[in-house]
Amino acid sequence: MSRRRAVITGLGVVAPTGIGVSEHWERSLAGATMISRVEGSPIKLAGQVEGFREEEFVDSKLRVQTDRWTWFAMAATQLALADAAFDPARESPSDLSVVTAGGSGGNAFGQREIQALWSRGPRSVSAYQSIGWFYAASSGQLSIRHQLKGACGVLVADAAGGIDALREAARLVRRGTEGVLTGGTEAPLSPYALACQAGEETVSRESDPARAYRPFAPDANGYVPAEGGAILLVEERESALGRGAPSVYAEIAGTASTHDAHHITDAAPDPRQYARAMREAIARAGLRPDDIGVVFADGAGTPERDALEVVALTEVFGSRAVPVTVPKTMTGRLCSGGAALDLAWAALALADQVIPPTVNAGAEVGGLDLVREARTVSGLSAALVVARGSGGFNSAAVLTAV
Amino acid sequence: MRRAVVTGIGVLAPGGVGREEFWSRIVDGKPAVRRITTFDPSPFRSQIAAEVDFDAAALGLTPRERRRMDRFVQFATVCADEALADSGLDLERSDRDRVGVSLGSAVGATISLEEEYVVASDHGREWQVDHRHLRPFLYQALVPSSAATELAVRYGAHGPAAVVSTGCTSGIDAIGRALQLIQDGEADVMIAGASDAPISPITVACFDAIRATTPANDDPEGASRPFDAGRQGFVLGEGAAVLVVEELEHARKRGARVYCEITGYAARANGFHMTGLRPDGVELGEAIVDALGQARLVPEDIGYISAHGSGTKQNDRHESAAYKRALGEHARRVPISSIKSVVGHSLGAIGSIEMAACALVLERGVVPPTANLITPDPECDLDYTPLVAREVEARHALSAGSGFGGFQSAMIFSVPGAAA
Repeated sequence: MSRRRAVITGLGVVAPTGIGVSEHWERSLAGATMISRVEGSPIKLAGQVEGFREEEFVDSKLRVQTDRWTWFAMAATQLALADAAFDPARESPSDLSVVTAGGSGGNAFGQREIQALWSRGPRSVSAYQSIGWFYAASSGQLSIRHQLKGACGVLVADAAGGIDALREAARLVRRGTEGVLTGGTEAPLSPYALACQAGEETVSRESDPARAYRPFAPDANGYVPAEGGAILLVEERESALGRGAPSVYAEIAGTASTHDAHHITDAAPDPRQYARAMREAIARAGLRPDDIGVVFADGAGTPERDALEVVALTEVFGSRAVPVTVPKTMTGRLCSGGAALDLAWAALALADQVIPPTVNAGAEVGGLDLVREARTVSGLSAALVVARGSGGFNSAAVLTAV
Repeated sequence: MRRAVVTGIGVLAPGGVGREEFWSRIVDGKPAVRRITTFDPSPFRSQIAAEVDFDAAALGLTPRERRRMDRFVQFATVCADEALADSGLDLERSDRDRVGVSLGSAVGATISLEEEYVVASDHGREWQVDHRHLRPFLYQALVPSSAATELAVRYGAHGPAAVVSTGCTSGIDAIGRALQLIQDGEADVMIAGASDAPISPITVACFDAIRATTPANDDPEGASRPFDAGRQGFVLGEGAAVLVVEELEHARKRGARVYCEITGYAARANGFHMTGLRPDGVELGEAIVDALGQARLVPEDIGYISAHGSGTKQNDRHESAAYKRALGEHARRVPISSIKSVVGHSLGAIGSIEMAACALVLERGVVPPTANLITPDPECDLDYTPLVAREVEARHALSAGSGFGGFQSAMIFSVPGAAA
């Protein structure tokens, strides 16, 4: 039996750059900065999903049971399935799964119910608190809505989790599951979630959207939080081709994760574990660093962490100036939704042979071919997507053109 | 395929500190349930819980760690310390690029998040929260992967690390993920388990709101009664268990004591309801059949079942139906028990605690009883090992988990050398 291979056949994006893959890709290639003002916090800016109407995706009965983070996941899933022309009802339910990355869960829901409990008493707490805020809420709701009755999962690895979830999706497909919805969404802009982030040294306090999140700039001053994310449909390659899937964006060729194991919040001063994740993902894809045509970098947005990323990239790619991009500069960092969105960008880049840009980058960065405007390429066959999570998570995925 | 074995066990459960006190407690079948002591439970419908008596300082956590870590992280840490010591693994001499962390938790740092919010919001009066009123490290509470980081940093584990958060099956799924990472060659050693510390006002209130927990407040010790006709819901618990899961040859080479091999793991979702269960147990049954298939076992090989046995009306029937569906007639012969009758239901943690119990059952040949099972529910008509522990010669133990989201998981442990 030939080895089962996992491919990405559907993209559902709900992000500051747009709702649906067309709008998202168009705005991304135009290099629009979709970061805007938030009130009531020392964090002055965030990437927000504007124009999102949850009632278009979630009925009123379900809306009261779920948080905005789950609404994003439901919308992104609906969009991904439509993009893939994949109808779960035509499959055997136990051959379908969902594995999402989680971060802060349904924090707005949780804040509201804790508020109700402490200001009005136990009887004021919603009957849906037990299912609305917890980290498995989105996977559970998606499983029920689309009858995904195979092994379902939820992984939390801060901003790296989207790649870990993709790895589980690929593992399930290799082991026999036909279709897996994966990715992640985040809605971290409730007052309490913002307050939890406001204490972070790495968050930007800048009020000018063009200056707030500028990874690799010498005067980078932190990251901008953002909401949204992406859900991807992963299928077995032959099945996808056999059913005539409209887009087979990319193959999941190799993934790897490591941990700095250095400090509870700070990245290790030596990025060797980060570089190792990249090298292992490339090796598991059966490739060499020279085969990688673009890197979707983590782009932490602080000078120290950005410098570490440059060192790691140099360690892996040597003197070759591999094209590097951080399209998250358009949206901000979406915690568990971020890596999922990067994977969607990379899949689109491979399918359309265009690299989305890094905006607001400022001065040249030595040794780095930072892609500052959408760049049309030819022969782009492999993309490396990397993500780092707070505390030292390092994950990497290699996607290849099909 | 690469195989994975359990070489170390650490447990922190209500009624005792450490693996051995846990084992004695569940074999004695003495429920560790009492009126909640950490806050005044009088406004709540369910006022009892299975609490851990825990002196973090005595167990080696520094003042700085105790301030920084939520209670669930503290639990996980002391359990991981115990498991690693038990395993005899010398981390200094191990390739720590190949050591990973897979930690399950259903609700993460809810105690910290609630406590801090209550202070910063002036008891829920303010919707906007000033971060200057919050303690440091609250981002680490907001996003619970920090718990995996704590363990990775503590042991210098540079392999794959993540928190698995599939609600009440997290504890089985976290060990299942460790198994799969080892099978696929991504790690040689996984520090795998689960921890939850959910006994806080908001969590008690949320289970009150759906009447999932028992209101039997005047009889705490008799309140958790899985499979009994008089059961009225589950008893909230807290705790953790961590296993050292190791690739078989890696364990052999260093001459490790092997408790058992992880021979089967499967998960399904019922696609039915976030909290409701159909009485037929179809998906849990499928997970069990799948796990048996991986282990290349027939139902008659299973010598013990650690039941989910939460003590809710619907769970215990659902689960009994699943066993009959998956194991046929053998379901009536195999000893089953629910240690939740003693240690309560610690949400994501309990799956790992129950796997620890399975490993000890295989090693010691004793099945812990289901406490408080006096009048069996006629619809739960299997052998749940009521009240008194029993000697068995089990070579394979099955554990089942069922949780919100409709998730169903099954795992099989086998004595060393018994695997096909």
